[in-house]
Amino acid sequence: MSGTLRTQVGQLARRSVLRTMRQPAQIVPALVFPLFLLAVNSGGLKDATSLPGFPTDSYLTFALAVPFMQGALFSVMNAGTDLARDIETGFLNRLALTPLRGAALLSGLLAGAVVLGLVQAATYLIVGLTAGAELAAGVPGALVIVALSISITVAFGSIGLFAALRTGSGEAVQGLFPLFFVILFLSSMALPLDLLQTDWFHAVASANPVSYLLAAFRSLLIEGWDPGALALGFGIAAAVLAIGMFAASAALKTRLVRT
Amino acid sequence: MSKDGNEAKGIEAEGLVREFKNGPRAVDGIDLRVAPGEIYGFLGPNGAGKSTTVLMLTTLLPPTAGTARVAGFDIAAEGGRVRGAIGAALQEAALDPLLSGREHMRLQTALHGLAKAERAERSDELLARVGLSEAADREVGGYSGGMKRRLDLALALVHRPRILFLDEPTTGLDIQSRTALWDEVARLASAEGVTVFLTTQYLEEADALADRVGIIDHGRIVAEGTPAELKAEIGRPTVEAVPRDPADQERVARALQPFGEEAGATRRGGASVLLGGGESQLADVVRALDAEGIAIEQLQLHAPSLDDVFLAKTGRSLEGAGEEEAEAGSEEMEAVRA
Repeated sequence: MSGTLRTQVGQLARRSVLRTMRQPAQIVPALVFPLFLLAVNSGGLKDATSLPGFPTDSYLTFALAVPFMQGALFSVMNAGTDLARDIETGFLNRLALTPLRGAALLSGLLAGAVVLGLVQAATYLIVGLTAGAELAAGVPGALVIVALSISITVAFGSIGLFAALRTGSGEAVQGLFPLFFVILFLSSMALPLDLLQTDWFHAVASANPVSYLLAAFRSLLIEGWDPGALALGFGIAAAVLAIGMFAASAALKTRLVRT
Repeated sequence: MSKDGNEAKGIEAEGLVREFKNGPRAVDGIDLRVAPGEIYGFLGPNGAGKSTTVLMLTTLLPPTAGTARVAGFDIAAEGGRVRGAIGAALQEAALDPLLSGREHMRLQTALHGLAKAERAERSDELLARVGLSEAADREVGGYSGGMKRRLDLALALVHRPRILFLDEPTTGLDIQSRTALWDEVARLASAEGVTVFLTTQYLEEADALADRVGIIDHGRIVAEGTPAELKAEIGRPTVEAVPRDPADQERVARALQPFGEEAGATRRGGASVLLGGGESQLADVVRALDAEGIAIEQLQLHAPSLDDVFLAKTGRSLEGAGEEEAEAGSEEMEAVRA
């Protein structure tokens, strides 16, 4: 990375982090809502552990993977809404008048998502473990969970950037939230894939990448170390990030019509 | 002289056109020559094409047709070099309400590639120059409109541009903030030789600040020259009579008709006329109104103004045109953002 690009990314990352830290309204729901759902689900669905083949006797441990995904969904909204606001207010035009590179803009904006992802992952993990969840992979596993959570947050954040650049509207970005939540529910969120009895649901959940992201978290929480599950989880995050950044870069070229 | 030899180049445009899909021809063949160090006032109502012209000249919007060179660089083929030579404060002060003034300066100086050691010094210098040193560490969300505009100007100057574009920089500001901004713009041109391209819908702003004025209406330049030249073109004073009873407005207009070219109804419920015979006709005007038995509330003689120039060139008053075209202007900006 050249010095200029590094400076640009660094400065935009700093702005993105400052913006994130100065908006408690962005951080608090992303922390509280997934933990609230964790409490409700782990209480209401604990009898599922008695199903033959359920991988653990602690539903809390099984369900603890879900907040990491829900937190990542908030990053779609936050990253996208911030960029949409820059478009709406003309701040993007201000940036366009500088020698700013598109790659620096996108990378810098995602830095805010990294910070949010870090805070979220640490909070979910601490609250979950305090409440009695198990972590089979130990302390190194906790670090991998945080790394995976940040990777997924950034990957989903890139989709938020694409949506913002394509629509230029914060409302349109926020409109994606219910859609992503449906995708989350159509996964192995509540039960392991092999215990899903309804054929169509099993088929949809098996094709849903979110199921494999959840499986990567669960491998660390329940089993210990499963390189295959982790590789699939990180691989899917990398693929989503690559697609998101490619789409966002193309949309940025259209949005920034500077000559 | 710079390596590119373009240090002393201003702005030149020929036949600049911008059309929007399913929309109006926002800019309809503009020719411009702005000399280095000159303050050029681009005067017109909302929706006339001022902001679209600025967006094209600052490379943020490709022209549909025509050519322009800014600081000697082609706006279509050398966008990066144009942006390196210009500073711009666009129509709305696009600031991040969650960042402080100093954080804005830090970001802007870094993105413009100033050396790390120079960034803080340049930021402090400019914040002091626009009177924001004390407020520099406060979040911009708490700034007044005037403070935001001043910060906007400081941000446009971080890389010492040779040409500065200011798109309606004083719209919505109180008179004190407006005067302070005028002083700084005038100082930039006179002391630092910065070329200033300033759009405005305020007559007094163009009159007070601009070396030359271009009047734009419906995307075309309808008049151009120094304020004095433009007013001399009109050359005749206007007399405005406001009746005590607003119902007498038409009678006033009829009484004034013989004295010259009708200038139309006024905002205060009166009528006005361009005196064909000059100020000496004022006594005759008073006698004519008296003969009609019209009770007059106010009678005023106006020296020629830029509004008279606009009226003479377009058949409409600038202020009235602004209200009439505000909706068109807003549609135009929406099209730019889309």
